Amino acid sequence: MYHFLSTLDRRWIFLLMGVAVTVPILLELQFPEEATSLAHAVFNEIEQLEEGDPVLLAFDYDPASEGELGPMATAFVRHCCEKKLKIYFIALWPVGPQMIDDSINRVIKTDFPDLVYGEDYVNLGFKPGNEGVIKVIVTDLKQLYSTDDRGTNLDQIPMCRNLVNIQSMDLVAEVSAGYPGVKEWVQYAATPYPDQIRLIAGCTGVGAPLLYPYIPEQLKGLLGAIKGAAEYEKLVVDRYDREAGREPDLKYLEGKRRMGPQLVAHILMVVLIVVGNIVFFVGRSREGTNS
Amino acid sequence: MKPEKAISIALVGLAVVYLAIRVSSGEMATVYVQPLDVGETPAQASDYIAGTAFPSPSRTVGVWVAALFTLFIFSFLYRDNIFYKFAESVVVGVSAAYWMVVAFWTTIIPNLLGKLSPTWVRSWAMPGLSPEREDTWYLYVIPLVLSVLLLWRLAPKGAWIARWPLAFIIGTTAGLKLVGFIHADFLGQIRASIIPVVAMSADSFDFWQTVKNLVLIAGILACLVYFFFSIEHRGVVGKVARSGIWILMITFGAAFGYTVMGRIALLAIRIEFLLDDWLWLIDPTAKRIGLS
Repeated sequence: MYHFLSTLDRRWIFLLMGVAVTVPILLELQFPEEATSLAHAVFNEIEQLEEGDPVLLAFDYDPASEGELGPMATAFVRHCCEKKLKIYFIALWPVGPQMIDDSINRVIKTDFPDLVYGEDYVNLGFKPGNEGVIKVIVTDLKQLYSTDDRGTNLDQIPMCRNLVNIQSMDLVAEVSAGYPGVKEWVQYAATPYPDQIRLIAGCTGVGAPLLYPYIPEQLKGLLGAIKGAAEYEKLVVDRYDREAGREPDLKYLEGKRRMGPQLVAHILMVVLIVVGNIVFFVGRSREGTNS
Repeated sequence: MKPEKAISIALVGLAVVYLAIRVSSGEMATVYVQPLDVGETPAQASDYIAGTAFPSPSRTVGVWVAALFTLFIFSFLYRDNIFYKFAESVVVGVSAAYWMVVAFWTTIIPNLLGKLSPTWVRSWAMPGLSPEREDTWYLYVIPLVLSVLLLWRLAPKGAWIARWPLAFIIGTTAGLKLVGFIHADFLGQIRASIIPVVAMSADSFDFWQTVKNLVLIAGILACLVYFFFSIEHRGVVGKVARSGIWILMITFGAAFGYTVMGRIALLAIRIEFLLDDWLWLIDPTAKRIGLS
């Protein structure tokens, strides 16, 4: 047994992981979610806003991380629409506008067709410059943004006419897959203007541990990876679907659905770590005996 | 023929036959769209059944390309092969070209030419751009000159000239980052660490908050001691430093756990794409209800 495990081809591990992820997807395995305090913090930040309050949604991710961040982006947009907030979309990643368009098509155009572009929501599109963009728009948005993503002059868009800078937003919600992302929004927006800018965020699992130190002073709430998305989804769905006595649309439960394969894969990972350690220690003790 | 090669060929052959059967019966990978005044928008199968949408050949090909490239990349898990190399090369090439085009249309056109000559740019590239120049439009000549100097690197003589704009970029970036890190990370984290050792809430003693604060303060001090190399790590200092290592290890473990979660999520979405959008074996969002 020891010889078999110590010489096991790693491709069997890959295959096992593939099966551990595929089977729950095929069986549509799902588990109940309980929201943690961080998800509650994110939910409450949006929930406490009044109808018509301006909110900036920054989508800084790409198709490579869509599987992890798409569900929380969808939930953010839906929550803002339910609250009837004025939504300003922005992106610091070049493919961010496509992610924004995807969310607009999935949520606003499908479930909130009464919302009017330019009056209820606007897509300001992508601007190059990384943190430099944040540094500028916190004091003067129109210095960089003269048009929206469609090329319309901002002065011709009703909800942008009196827009001066990001400090006039009641909340900034950032969905980020890396650089530039949450860290840069903390460094150049939330920290220099703690009384004017309230920041909440969703990020990938890789980025989450680096952002926890900013909570709660510089970052009011954080959704970490698909788990955070599933928890936030639950809060939104409970508030706007279950309380109204209707079943939620399945597209608003993507995070929860993707937690099924997570659980099985994590169990496999724990088993592999334990087995790997046992093999390591047995091997070491045998080497000691032989020598 | 080696048994491994024979098994591989047999599996690929079976997969091709299976796909051929599914494609011929029209039961996989079709994407529907609805026509708009300008262009088209993605649609559901229910729209197709209602007669308001139609299959899109180009988007269907897109799903096939995405699925095959996903499999090509996955094939590296077995061993390096020509399909993986092909997919990798295509991704690198497309990314480079994409970045080049994005930089041209989002930086050079609006941020440089659009500032220097807005009327001209408005006439052919950005109809929404204001035709009036900013008061300080002439300042944009400086980045134009720096850009030319940067491209001088490609010239056969005087490549050193490119060092000047490069020095400017490095200097401004360092300055910008320095301020951000000092303010948000260095000072911000020191301020966030100054917390009461005995926590009170509503005039009463908050036991668990006190424990949390104590753990936080002890953890910070232990980790700082570990990185303090001016004193030899022996005796009490050594024990505190060792506990600092433990705290660091726990932190790295939590970070690793999060990374695993992230990577599994990415694997899950690719497998879900293959089973849902490509093979139509599952329908988790009920988008093909009514389609036989």
